[in-house]
Amino acid sequence: MTATARSDSSQTVVIEPSTGWVALKLGELWQYRELIYFLTWRDIQVRYRQTALGVAWAVLQPVLTMLIFSVVFGKLANLPSDGLPYPVFSFAALLPWQLFSGALTRAGTSLVGSANLLTKVYFPRLIIPISAVAAGLVDFVIAFAVLIVLMLYYGIRPGVAILWVPVLVAFSLASALAVGLWLSALNVKYRDVQHLIPFLVMAWMYASPVAYSANMIPHGKWRLLYSLNPMTGVIQGFRWALTGGEPPSEMIIVSGVVVLVLLTGGLFYFRRMERIFADVV
Amino acid sequence: MTKPTAINVEGLGKQYRLGGSVGSYRTLRDTIAGAVSGAFSPKSEKKRAVVPTLWALQDVSFHVAQQEVLGVIGKNGAGKSTLLKVLSRVTSPTTGRVEMHGRVGSLLEVGTGFHPELTGRENVHLNGAIMGEKRADIKRKFDEIVAFADVEKFVDTPVKHYSSGMYVRLAFAVAAFMELEILIVDEALAVGDAAFQKKCLGRMDQAAKEGRTVLFVSHSMPALESLCSRVIWINNGTVVSDGDPRKVIGSYIESSNRDTGPREVGVYRNEGHRRGTGEVQFRDFRLSSDQGEPRSEFRMGDTIVAEVDFEVYADADSAVFNFNVVDAATGSVVTTWVGRREPKALSAGERGTFRIVLPQNSLRARRYYFNLGVASAFNNDMPFDIWAGGGTDFYVEYPEDLENLDLLVGHDSALVTLPVRTEFEIHD
Repeated sequence: MTATARSDSSQTVVIEPSTGWVALKLGELWQYRELIYFLTWRDIQVRYRQTALGVAWAVLQPVLTMLIFSVVFGKLANLPSDGLPYPVFSFAALLPWQLFSGALTRAGTSLVGSANLLTKVYFPRLIIPISAVAAGLVDFVIAFAVLIVLMLYYGIRPGVAILWVPVLVAFSLASALAVGLWLSALNVKYRDVQHLIPFLVMAWMYASPVAYSANMIPHGKWRLLYSLNPMTGVIQGFRWALTGGEPPSEMIIVSGVVVLVLLTGGLFYFRRMERIFADVV
Repeated sequence: MTKPTAINVEGLGKQYRLGGSVGSYRTLRDTIAGAVSGAFSPKSEKKRAVVPTLWALQDVSFHVAQQEVLGVIGKNGAGKSTLLKVLSRVTSPTTGRVEMHGRVGSLLEVGTGFHPELTGRENVHLNGAIMGEKRADIKRKFDEIVAFADVEKFVDTPVKHYSSGMYVRLAFAVAAFMELEILIVDEALAVGDAAFQKKCLGRMDQAAKEGRTVLFVSHSMPALESLCSRVIWINNGTVVSDGDPRKVIGSYIESSNRDTGPREVGVYRNEGHRRGTGEVQFRDFRLSSDQGEPRSEFRMGDTIVAEVDFEVYADADSAVFNFNVVDAATGSVVTTWVGRREPKALSAGERGTFRIVLPQNSLRARRYYFNLGVASAFNNDMPFDIWAGGGTDFYVEYPEDLENLDLLVGHDSALVTLPVRTEFEIHD
């Protein structure tokens, strides 16, 4: 009857009521890393099944947006573009932005969308928003290749700073996850969230230097306030990494702190709400 | 010597909130409205607004030794599913503690996470990962899984094009081949045809022999009896009986028929597999051969005798009895009979037996159950008692000497076989 009587050293699972704040148990995520991979892979596999254009959508979406932006903001509004051709200027911002907004939207509704998993099988629930966030990467890589072609067309050669791109991508995903964790957990309880997300994404885009340059924001306290939006640092950083110029170090540091706070808070909030997911969803 | 413990459950309880937002989500407006009205209401009123709660499980304790196959029975809503959900760690308990030694896999539903757009191959990998299996292990067992499910030809077809049978077989096969020490299964066997159900039962039996521990919830008494070494019966969230399968199942069936017993007559009640107004009520149900020996398994061609006792609580001038035989896997009605031409005058206090004889049954090899009903000939909408499955099931097997049976055995998707005669004439 004792544990020593067991021949194989298999794990022991203890189930107890959970109340209040709980440990993050990030180690468990590592055990389930294959599931993260598979769920991400499933999202990617399924996204363009039964579409006529297939993966071409990964290119069409940012390219069409870029064209509209170039006409409306570049030509009609004649917004300054830091000395870059407006198409390159906006496309370089649209990539991290669409990576972020797509990840945020998917993560925000991910738990409710996976209700059948939540109520039937155990695994660390964090995996669901994490894989929703990661699923945007393939589209990003494809669109990134298009950006490089576009830059070469305009005769712009990226410098060594391009090596910062992976870091900025991770930054953008971390921002999406940080907000996505809050939204997904809230959405389980309040379905209002899924109606809110499109507006949030739209407002957020105008609060980020996607169509315009962050240099239009005056220095000082306004600039600092503006940098509280983590996507400011990411997008300006992205433009800098590809096309050179002054690195927006200050913005990135402020944004980094904000993301860290949001992400930590989101993780704990998520874990705390986790126990009611299956009962409420 | 006692075997080491696999599962130990102590004082387990699960409380659900009912009321305003019964088991559903809230909108922000509800919360705001609640907070506002709360702020403006006097304290006395606030106290009354306690959220009603329900204990789906209360003080449940039992332990399962390694290699034991434990069956769990109980009416719908008794707490079985909640128990499984807590043990599968889908939902957390309100009180108590559970300890499980070994890798746990739960099969609360077949094909959890299956995606219709993905192929059979892709779904096997995905499903395995969801259940915590390593990719390399799934790869190694892939051929075996597909062969067990009998879908070799369709592994690269999206599962949305599968028949429901293929879908279920593949889903079960993934679960069946996982290397788990503890397997939690909920009614997964209620699906698929008889042959596949047998295969599944065989697989679970083998799992137990290989030293795995199985916790099995089912409404199929024959399956529980043949598979389990012990059965617990849960009612109203607590364990009422725990022990030898035959004994526990016997007392469960007896009680579930008694439960609807003497009660307020004329009030319509609907409880699990029984419903009705109670003027006439069914009691014991028995199945036997034409020789009168009790049985729940028959061969095609055997005579099946079903008997149900009834008691009369209020005079009924024209009571009409009826029954149908239902294919347990698909729910299709195989045969039906309504005694509309023979209404019976029954008076309060009488007892009797309704006997059904199916001479030389022509049923295919499958699991079936009887639906029994008694109603007034003038009011079919408010029956006295309907007994829909739940302890009325039986199996039919093919006879060993199929050739000698004067019946048509054809395509296996047919529900029944009919006596036929065929003739050939050659015209020149």
